This record gives sequence, structure tokens and C-alpha cells, in this order.
Amino acid sequence: MGKKVALTGNEAAAHAIRQINPDVVAAFPITPSTPIPQGVAQFIADGQMDTEFVTVESEHSAMSACVGASAAGGRVMTATSANGYALMWEILYIASGTRLPIVMAVAARALSAPLNIHGDHSDIMGGRDTGWIQLIAENSQETYDNLIQAVKIAENKKVMTPALGAFDGFNISHAIEIWEMEDDAKVKEFVGEYEPLYPLLKTDEPITHGAWAPPNWYFENRMNQLEGLLNAKDVVADVGKEFGKAFGREYGLYEAYKMDDAEFTIVAAGSVCGTTKDVVDKLRENGVKAGLLKIRLFRPFPYKELADVLSGTKAIAVLDRVSPAGAQGGPLFTEIRSALYDVNNRPPVINYTYGLGGRDTQPVHINSVYDTLKKIVDTGRVEKQFDCLNLRGTWG
Amino acid sequence: MSEKLLNWDEILIGGAIKDPGNSKSYETGSWRVERPVWNPESCIQCMFCWVYCPDSSILVDENGKMAGIDYDHCKGCGICVEQCPTKPKSLAMLLEAEAKGKSEEEIRKEAFSK
Repeated sequence: MGKKVALTGNEAAAHAIRQINPDVVAAFPITPSTPIPQGVAQFIADGQMDTEFVTVESEHSAMSACVGASAAGGRVMTATSANGYALMWEILYIASGTRLPIVMAVAARALSAPLNIHGDHSDIMGGRDTGWIQLIAENSQETYDNLIQAVKIAENKKVMTPALGAFDGFNISHAIEIWEMEDDAKVKEFVGEYEPLYPLLKTDEPITHGAWAPPNWYFENRMNQLEGLLNAKDVVADVGKEFGKAFGREYGLYEAYKMDDAEFTIVAAGSVCGTTKDVVDKLRENGVKAGLLKIRLFRPFPYKELADVLSGTKAIAVLDRVSPAGAQGGPLFTEIRSALYDVNNRPPVINYTYGLGGRDTQPVHINSVYDTLKKIVDTGRVEKQFDCLNLRGTWG
Repeated sequence: MSEKLLNWDEILIGGAIKDPGNSKSYETGSWRVERPVWNPESCIQCMFCWVYCPDSSILVDENGKMAGIDYDHCKGCGICVEQCPTKPKSLAMLLEAEAKGKSEEEIRKEAFSK
């Protein structure tokens, strides 16, 4: 049996890594994810795991060491945030393009400038097209559960694609919550032994990784890679069910919270979903049919499944914890809006940016979103397609 | 190369290559603008050219001696000429255009006359 513990999101990630006990962890400290590699180093020093911990001089080197260790045939994990994630950029593509099932914990954080160390989704949303599987957690429990599942998803032979488990910097990484830690042996049994496909260290079957692909090969490789990433969708669903059987907490591609008859729907990812659920409960007590569609799997994006859930609702607000940076809206908004294009009688969709650089998002702000959705349904008019939550001054 | 190239769903994942040394079948000699020309008469067999060649394009015979240039793969970088310690040098660069249609002896004469 598992046990209830009161620990931070970072500790949840560190304990997941301890129980998975990968062959190699190569990591570089950066706020707010520093306590993860720090925790892993402590577990190793205390003899609680026998992972080879590689101390490196940057995140670029951290991901490079992960690529080398994974190509050699090891099970490999790491952790980072924000500018560290950005510094990994070119190697993120090399990890996914070489089909190395590295698993990374990301305590999502704002990118500079101006310098800010607090939570938002600038890092993971910027890296959404690096070819990695992206799972986003709402709380510490999901952070822990997602990392354990991510190993199984990434290493599936049909997938063989790196995966990250993200959770909000500070909101989750540094907040102490009560969550359930499973038995070491049960987690080990769940993730199983890793059997690499083409390990460099299997010297009787020599293999080349990282060769160049000229114009007559590159295109085929990229589409082959895409197939692996797309295959992850079904595997995420299967592993989520399997996890439910093993530990009693089942996961799907998304979480539909009170969506069955929802008229006013918020689509969001991360810790804001906890606040939103509270608001939904209160609104429901007053007879308002509010709902939340929580994004769990962002890459590959399960657009058909999400459109199905949203097709019955009357008005939708998508919350993005990142600046649209010149696009029509935030990345989640443009994905959701595009997914709904093929739906008959598609509902109006509006977009909010919220929580940048750790800006608080409280029930009062979420309430205002539902008020706006109700107004859109009542009047049949969308006054503002894009707006900001809890920003000083009026936008647009 | 007329062999049929594999489709996207037939290749090994991640660009992995199972047959070691297959880069030999990829001839890079056509990239060359200038070629190194070898003069075996002044060569002292120090093998510096072999050590420094970034493309393994210095041919070595069964006795471990320098035996010429692999023009199928040599890209003409000139490092071998740069490193050659004999005076005068036993390797010299010559424009491909100037080597075209000439015999080995004529090419050597052309390269070492400058």
C-alpha cells in the first residue's frame, strides 16, 4: 500500500525518480526545479538509489549527456525549468529526432526578460514543437503519477520518444500538498526493465546514432519520427488505465470536470485547474452549468477527442499561461479553436492570458471568465476575443 | 546510385544505421575544388598526412606505408599539404580544372612545378 505524505511538488518528482531508479540522471540546477536534482543527489548519497548522477556545466550539457547515456542504452532522466529548458533547445530536437526515450521533469517557469523566476508556461509552450511528448500536471499527485507513467509511455516500442512531465513552478513545485506515494517495489514493477532498441554498448551488434541525413533521407526520418510521437496518444490512454488498475488513480488524455451538461466551459492546463474546479463547484451550487476541460496531454495534441468533449458546450474560454507572442491567441487557444473548426454549430471561443511570471489567479478572476461566457451566450456577441486576467490596466 | 531508397515507414527509427562503415559508399570526392597530389620520391613516410586527414582519405598499403590519395572521398581541404614536413613538400595542391584530362605524371609535374 502507498502512504499519504505531505511534500512539495519537487519532492514528488524527486521521489518518482528515486523509485524509477534510472541508470543515469544528468542535470543542472535552476530555480524552481533545483530541489529535484538536489533530492536525487541526496538519495544517491544515502544509498537509496544507484543512479549515475552526472554533474554538468549547463543545461545544454545536461541534455547532451542524457542523449549520450540514452543512446548507449540507459534509462535516463533529468529536470529543468525556464532558461535552462531554453538552453537545452537544440538538444531537445536531437533527443526526439534520435528517438531516445529520456524523461524530464519541468517545473514550468517564466522566461527572461525581465528576469523572473516564478511560474508560467513560457518554457514548455515555447518547446511544444521540439518533438517531445508533453504531459501537464495540476498538482503534486499528478506530478508524481505523470513521471512514473511517462517512463512507460516514452519507452513503448511504438513510441520511443522523449517525454516531459510539467507542473507549475512554485504553485506546485514549492507548495506542500498531501499526496499518495506508492510502494517502491510496486513502482519498479510498474515501470519494468528498460530494453533499448539499438544500444551503442551492445558491441556485437554495431549501430550508428546521430549520422547525417542528406536531402534524400531527412524528410523520411522526420515523418517516421512524427509517427512515433502520434502513437503516444493511444499509449498515454493505455498506460493511464494500467496505472489506474495498479494504483487506483486512472488517467485519460484529458480530464472533463462536470462537462456532461456544461454550457460555460473553461479550457486550461496546470495548477489553475484546481482553482477553476472550486469555482465550478460554487457556480453549480447556484445552478450555473459551468465546466472545466483540463488538458493533460498537450503533445501529441488530442484534437479530435477534445473537440468531441467541447462540441456540446455553448461558450468556451481558453486560458493560456503564456503571452500569445504575436499569434491570434495563446498556443492552447489556437489549438482548441482549430480543433473546433470541423465541429457543427461550433461554440464561440475566447482567450485569456493569465498568471504570467507568477501573477496570482484567484477565484474572483475565474468567476469573471464565467460571467463573460454567460454574457456571450445571453447576447450572442463576443466583444473581446482576447483579454488578460488580473492585469493592471485595460487590454485592447 | 540506382538502388531503391527506403520509404519513411521502412527505415530504422531515429536515423540509426545498422551496417557499420557505410559512409564509404557515399563518395564526397566531387565536392573538391583542389586536389592534393603526392610525390612518392620525396616522401619520408612520416604518416603525418594520414594522422591529420579528417576524412581518412590517405591510402595505406599492407606494409603500413603511405600509398596515395583516395580521390573518391578526399574533399580537398589541404590539411595533408599543410602538415607535410619535407622540404620541398611531398604533397601539393592543384586545381581540379588543371588536373582534368591529364595523366598522373603530367598532373604531378603540374602540381610540383609551382
